[in-house]
Amino acid sequence: MSEFFGFTITGLAIASILAIGASGLVLTYTTTGVFNFAHGAIGMLGAFSYWQLRFGWNVPAPLAFVLVLFVIAPLFGCLLEKVIFRSLQGTPDAVRLVVTVSLLFALIGVANWIWDPTLSRPSHKFFPGSSFDIGGVKIQPAELISIGAALIVAVVLRLVLYNTRAGVAMRAAVDDRPLAALNGARPDRSAMLAWAIGCSLAMLSGVLYVGPIALDAASISILIVNAYAAAMIGRLRSLPMTFVGALLIGLGSEYWRGYTPQVSDAHWVVYFGKPIVDAIPVIVLFAVLLLLPAGRLRGHGTTRTRETYPVPSWNGALTFAAVVIGGSILAMPLLDRSDTLTFALLLGTAILALSLVPLVGLAGQVSLCQLSLAGIGGVTMANLGRGGSPMGLVWAFIFSAVVGALIALPALRLSGIHLALATAAFAVFMDKWVWGLRDFDLPFTNVTISLFPIGSLAVSRLKIFGFDTDATGKILGLEVSDADRQLLLLAVTFAVLALLVVWIRRGPFGRRLLAMKDSEAACATVGMNLVSTKVAVFAISAGMAGLGGGLIAGIRQSTSPDNWQFQAGLPIFMLGVAGGMGRIGGSLFAGVSFQVLNSMSLWPLLNTRFMGMGGPSGWFRSFGAASPGFMGIGLGRNPNGAVADMREGFEPIMHSKRALWLFAIIETALYVATLTFDSMNGWVLVIGTVLALGLCAQIGLQVGLSRGSLTPKPNPSIEEFGGTRLEWIGIDREVTTTDIALLDDKLGLAPAVLR
Amino acid sequence: MTDSPILSLQSVRAAYGRIEVIHGVDLEVFSGKVLALLGPNGAGKSTTLKVCAGLVAPTGGDYILCDRRVNGARPEDLARAGVCLIPEGKGIFPNLTVRENLWMATHTGTSLHDVEEVAYSRFERLSQRRNQLAGTMSGGEQQMLAMSRGLATNPRILLLDELSMGLAPIIVEELYEIVAQVASEGVSILVVEQFAQTVLGVADTAAIMVHGKITSVGAPSDIAMELSDAYMGAS
Amino acid sequence: MSLLEVHSVTMRFGGHVALDNVDLSCNAGEVTALIGPNGAGKTTLFNVTCGLLVPTGGTIHLDGKELTKLKPYKRARLGLARTFQRLELWSVLTVRENVQVAAELRAQKGASSTARDVEAIVERVGLAAKIDQRVDELSTGQARLVEIARALATRPRLILLDEPASGLDDTETHELGILLRDLTAEGLGVLLVEHDVELVMHVSDHIFVLDFGSIIADGTPQEIRTNPAVLSAYLGSSLDQSA
Repeated sequence: MSEFFGFTITGLAIASILAIGASGLVLTYTTTGVFNFAHGAIGMLGAFSYWQLRFGWNVPAPLAFVLVLFVIAPLFGCLLEKVIFRSLQGTPDAVRLVVTVSLLFALIGVANWIWDPTLSRPSHKFFPGSSFDIGGVKIQPAELISIGAALIVAVVLRLVLYNTRAGVAMRAAVDDRPLAALNGARPDRSAMLAWAIGCSLAMLSGVLYVGPIALDAASISILIVNAYAAAMIGRLRSLPMTFVGALLIGLGSEYWRGYTPQVSDAHWVVYFGKPIVDAIPVIVLFAVLLLLPAGRLRGHGTTRTRETYPVPSWNGALTFAAVVIGGSILAMPLLDRSDTLTFALLLGTAILALSLVPLVGLAGQVSLCQLSLAGIGGVTMANLGRGGSPMGLVWAFIFSAVVGALIALPALRLSGIHLALATAAFAVFMDKWVWGLRDFDLPFTNVTISLFPIGSLAVSRLKIFGFDTDATGKILGLEVSDADRQLLLLAVTFAVLALLVVWIRRGPFGRRLLAMKDSEAACATVGMNLVSTKVAVFAISAGMAGLGGGLIAGIRQSTSPDNWQFQAGLPIFMLGVAGGMGRIGGSLFAGVSFQVLNSMSLWPLLNTRFMGMGGPSGWFRSFGAASPGFMGIGLGRNPNGAVADMREGFEPIMHSKRALWLFAIIETALYVATLTFDSMNGWVLVIGTVLALGLCAQIGLQVGLSRGSLTPKPNPSIEEFGGTRLEWIGIDREVTTTDIALLDDKLGLAPAVLR
Repeated sequence: MTDSPILSLQSVRAAYGRIEVIHGVDLEVFSGKVLALLGPNGAGKSTTLKVCAGLVAPTGGDYILCDRRVNGARPEDLARAGVCLIPEGKGIFPNLTVRENLWMATHTGTSLHDVEEVAYSRFERLSQRRNQLAGTMSGGEQQMLAMSRGLATNPRILLLDELSMGLAPIIVEELYEIVAQVASEGVSILVVEQFAQTVLGVADTAAIMVHGKITSVGAPSDIAMELSDAYMGAS
Repeated sequence: MSLLEVHSVTMRFGGHVALDNVDLSCNAGEVTALIGPNGAGKTTLFNVTCGLLVPTGGTIHLDGKELTKLKPYKRARLGLARTFQRLELWSVLTVRENVQVAAELRAQKGASSTARDVEAIVERVGLAAKIDQRVDELSTGQARLVEIARALATRPRLILLDEPASGLDDTETHELGILLRDLTAEGLGVLLVEHDVELVMHVSDHIFVLDFGSIIADGTPQEIRTNPAVLSAYLGSSLDQSA
């Protein structure tokens, strides 16, 4: 009995923390329409702030607690509302998703940046006081504090939302924001209040969470996925049901943990006993999402972005493929072995981003679990591709595609954030349960699948069509190392898959996907089977990811769960969106920026350059790790992606043969120089290429303009100023009112626009 | 009183995105008078009201309120200045109780006590339902609740959008009796209707709007004759 | 037996009765119009008919086959097509691609030469000059014509048109009228919801009037024009006093 009591108390404490986290999430979602994937990361910042105050600066515990909850949290909430969330008003779900997921990532990076993750932060004494006995059960004060806090939160939220006008105004804004304004309420202030409260709740849950576990930015931030399940049981609307959901999950996992046999050889205990406890919340989340009643078929949203997905031409696509393969071959002599493998990994990442193009770019679905699917490919390659058998890769594609089709099941009924949650749940499920399983036999076969028994699995590199990608030797008289062969393999695969995506886009299936993205209702009424279409696109995308995963594992020659973690996959999604999900170029952008930002050589280099030898070693590294988040926040709003803009900038080069020739000559010179002189390295080549491309594009633009084959774009930022471009004047004296008046006149602005 | 209108639109244009829906509308509402704006579906009547309430910013022309140009003012500020729009069909918060709905009306300065008193005395049915969720009431009761905000907060200008939509004729007449009464207390009213000619009984002036333009303005009796032609086709 | 038989269909949303025991039928080769004030339930009836909503009660038959339990896409494959009052075009695609998607779905079972079909249909609604433009660059009126073209590309037996003339200018409306007559001459059934009463009176063979979710009258255009219940529904009860 006392055992039961003990499990109950612990379960209640967990439930309390979940409930507090989830209620903050529900509050901000209902009042502002933004589902904040960064909620857990905000909680994590709260935990770190508390640690800093309490142990870094020795502030007494109660004071630190009050400062975090009632000063730092609300201020941070207001700041986020003002800087980020306010501008999300009226944007499509996809943009909100990218921006908040990016924020999650950026905050983890910022935390690692401020608090060096290599130092250990003891957190066992987060709350003072020692445990005491009730009826023979040891109870931690932190557990009681958590339960008490949840009760207080429940009561206070109820009072605020129902018994104050500000709370009523918040709920009113949920119902009908314009009408709230017509009543004279100020919806912006309601939203700010909601974010302030939401952040306080997030940080409260963060501080309470940390009691028993070590302070680690990423793992605390991801823990909130458990609270998603509770919030989902409340259908993201009802706070009471959210609390009920938290109780079910908290008590359920604790009883499961307590009452499954400690040691047993029974099959179910080995696989579904202890190992599954940590995955219970995400299993619940997935189940709840599956059970949600299907919504009405989606028509046009009220908010629409103007996306441009031009039909890619075969010429362009083939050129792209040729540049990828040719560029890789030309790069080989310039790169040392480890850089070559980094380049190969870059293309592997690009394949993962490419797998999102049909799914996200064309079909408008969401997947946050692409890296987990790649993991399935990696494990399959390790198990079934022994000795470099190409069948390993084939099975990697098939297994991942089948799993992808299964994930599509909830996708048939869900969209937007629900789908994001379902895929996130799947990814965390893989992390928490599947990757930790013992070896098992595939049902109906005698094939044994081995999962990381010693923390990692060895992977053999591919031997395909008599071409051994793991050998070193001469090809056509040139020495080609195994690393070079890997790069070549990845380049060819990426190019082929890119052409496959172009083929899909140009054909009936691609048109159908774009149509489905725009209006499901219209698709159904012209006779399109949405179920099979969605399953097909999920399977194709997952299969591509699995293929990519298999190849990545081959490059590394080993694979471990760390390679396929949920949070490690987020930047691929964000950078893919930032680059532009509608284009194959966007995925290359994602691959390049992902590897550059994580590059092994770049950050230590910058570190020694700017921080001195004695500076904190991780400074630039952490900044690099956080930067995909910043990029996502900044670029997530451009529906067409950065590649579209870049392409627009470089396009004019095609209008002048002279510019093209000039570019070719400069490139060749740069390349030969890099080969010849040791002082020139790869970075010089890359920077030189970009500059040359920009220069030649300018020449092409001028030629095109003079021939009339290009029309100048009206662009207010390059208006002419007294015959000279504005930027060329420079500021060498104080600007006077006469200058401003002149400026107004030149720009055709009404006076007094410049205040 | 002066002759200058309390609310006036001067060649106002408005658009949703790239699509312009009102193309240069002139309208004047005088103190204590009722102006009825009629016209077929999609003529731009509701948009005109949204411009007046600040929900849609005019893309051209001038919106003059009490001799001040207020183009681009925010809806909450216009509401606090005494412009009260009862929007079409959904002038209430369905997931708030009746009382909480009335509480929202206090943002313009009236106390909750006063708002409740006016609302419950005017619509007795509401007082029995004060703790019921507004969304669960009948359409007529919801419209009464929506009207209560207009009555209890002493607005200068009441903007009514399709008061009669989806309501039985008997309730429509009841509501228009109240409109007439409010007007007699000196509130200026701009009311938009698609079909119900009931409104012509209470209007001082009427205007017809078609394809984003005012096509005629005149006494209600003259406008009534033109209307049946406009809807049913000349037969 | 009529092409479309809607039998005592009821649709409730919570406590609100949007459709109350509605009976309606359309014949092949005829234009049947459905008119009524805003909020009368016309679009809801369309949504129920094409399967986007599941009715609370009643049955729907197309050419004798019951549709009530079928998914929207299956109804479409049986020959039911529709347009939307609030346009539901695929705005990132061109006019050609919009029509092509529908035509390809129809042609899945072996038929070929969809490309020529697509061009013929686009030409038929008078948009040949715009065929390779993105639909979000078109005017509202042209976009409505694309919706009609897309619906026709599924080779329907019955087409539901939700306010096809709104946003069209006088010439376009006139041409739409001619197109509707041409389509029915080929044996197609048309169910038309439209606010332009002149057009309705001009092209319809039979008219149903919906008010508060109930059919309050049906008959030929001439009968409807003189029906007092219809006038009252449209213009309010004070008509008798003012007119």
